[in-house]
Amino acid sequence: MNRRTFLSNGVKTVAVLAASAKAAAAETVRLPFANGERGLVAYPQKQPLIRLTTRPPQLETPMRLFKEAITGNDAFFVRYHLTVAPPAEDLLRPAKFRLQVKGLVETPLTVSIEDLKSKFEPVEVVAVNQCSGNSRGFFEPRVIGGQSGNGMMGNARWKGVPLKTILAKAGLKSGAKQVTFDGLDKPLLPQTPDFVKALDVDQANDGEVMLAYEMNGEPLPWLNGYPLRLVVPGYYGTYWVKHLSEIEVIDKVYEGYWMNPAYRIPDNSCACVPPGTKPSKTVPIGRFNVRSFITSHEDGERIQKDQPVEISGIAFDGGSGIREILFSEDGGQNWREAELGEDLGKYSFRTWRARFVPKKTGEHKLQVRAVNRTGQSQPSEPLWNPAGYMRNVIETVKLLVA
Amino acid sequence: MKTFKLAMGLCVSAVFSAALKSDEPGWKLPAETARLKPGPGVEFATANCLLCHSADYISMQPPLDRAGWQATVQKMREKYGAPLPADKVDAVAEYLAGQYGKTTQ
Repeated sequence: MNRRTFLSNGVKTVAVLAASAKAAAAETVRLPFANGERGLVAYPQKQPLIRLTTRPPQLETPMRLFKEAITGNDAFFVRYHLTVAPPAEDLLRPAKFRLQVKGLVETPLTVSIEDLKSKFEPVEVVAVNQCSGNSRGFFEPRVIGGQSGNGMMGNARWKGVPLKTILAKAGLKSGAKQVTFDGLDKPLLPQTPDFVKALDVDQANDGEVMLAYEMNGEPLPWLNGYPLRLVVPGYYGTYWVKHLSEIEVIDKVYEGYWMNPAYRIPDNSCACVPPGTKPSKTVPIGRFNVRSFITSHEDGERIQKDQPVEISGIAFDGGSGIREILFSEDGGQNWREAELGEDLGKYSFRTWRARFVPKKTGEHKLQVRAVNRTGQSQPSEPLWNPAGYMRNVIETVKLLVA
Repeated sequence: MKTFKLAMGLCVSAVFSAALKSDEPGWKLPAETARLKPGPGVEFATANCLLCHSADYISMQPPLDRAGWQATVQKMREKYGAPLPADKVDAVAEYLAGQYGKTTQ
């Protein structure tokens, strides 16, 4: 727009400019660490989410969208690794898409989504999916990788066929040691390692690992693996291979890039090392540790003195289930039990709530800490590892009481 | 009471966002608009880095010093197969440290 147009349109133009400035402001958020400016961008089948990267797409869920136990499909986070992702429509259409089962099996299989739906008894599970690097942006010292806040997680009801059932139909040959999983998202260059993940045969056959074609009663969203993805309840999202097209049974431990050296944690009970150091031995990342969040209020929000408010949020762990959630209104000096919400299963988010009546003005540090059914909880100081995985420190939300 | 109003508000917004949802993905991603910061070496960095990922993959990283960017470019070359001759790693690291380095914040 040139100056003349601007002047001739007068007040109306000013109003439009003001509105667009407001819209532009609403389209960005600032995660609380250096270089934390992010756009809020709507992708296909998604409401505006926090965009970490454009190519490949990586989208984070704003914390205010975790008020319910189930995360909506349109709010669910997105994380791809490779350049040619998500796969194009023509590869995913029912007429084209097939899952192959091959390797050390008696009968190699080629199945369509229709086959999976019509020839096998479906099962359902409510399970959290969480990125290994969720919360990496908070690591100190900072580490390279996807720089997310706490929103690379979500909880959904998954429906599909147990992997065990498919493997039984194919028939495992003796000597089967691991099962590998490959999806249709691909690298641009032939020398870039394809995203292939592996599970031990025992885990693949545990009856819980699932080939899921539905999420919260709908087909999987395009950006969450349509039409088929692996669901590995209690395990980090790296194993939940999207657009799953190839399952191979092998007689050794798979050593592809994305199993080794990528997605490894220090081989000790805390998966941690002194900040800035390297572990002497690593193992593949596995189950979630215990985490909990306040999602009813954002850091820095203002509330009124003597006015009761309900503080609420979510908690989860790697599959023993949440036993107890403790709430503190004084930065962790005193703790009291929060009220637990509905139990949707041991792999699900567990909602909680606690009543809070601020008796004095000023800053209040609210904290939440979950304990799972094996007694594991969360550390008061953050643990560190070089890849920025598995953060589960007790988080603090500061509220200003006026 | 305040809590109740808040819950009502959430229900309304949940219904509204559900109404916006489409069963068909649309199959089209938003345009890639992020660009690398101008500076000496930006053309070479654009040609080699942005072949496989967008510029925001670089700009979201924490501010790194020269050694940090050197190690990262080296990793991109050795582990991810970035088509960068070994003798050009220094040049890309120099550009990144200049535009996305600790001192440029």
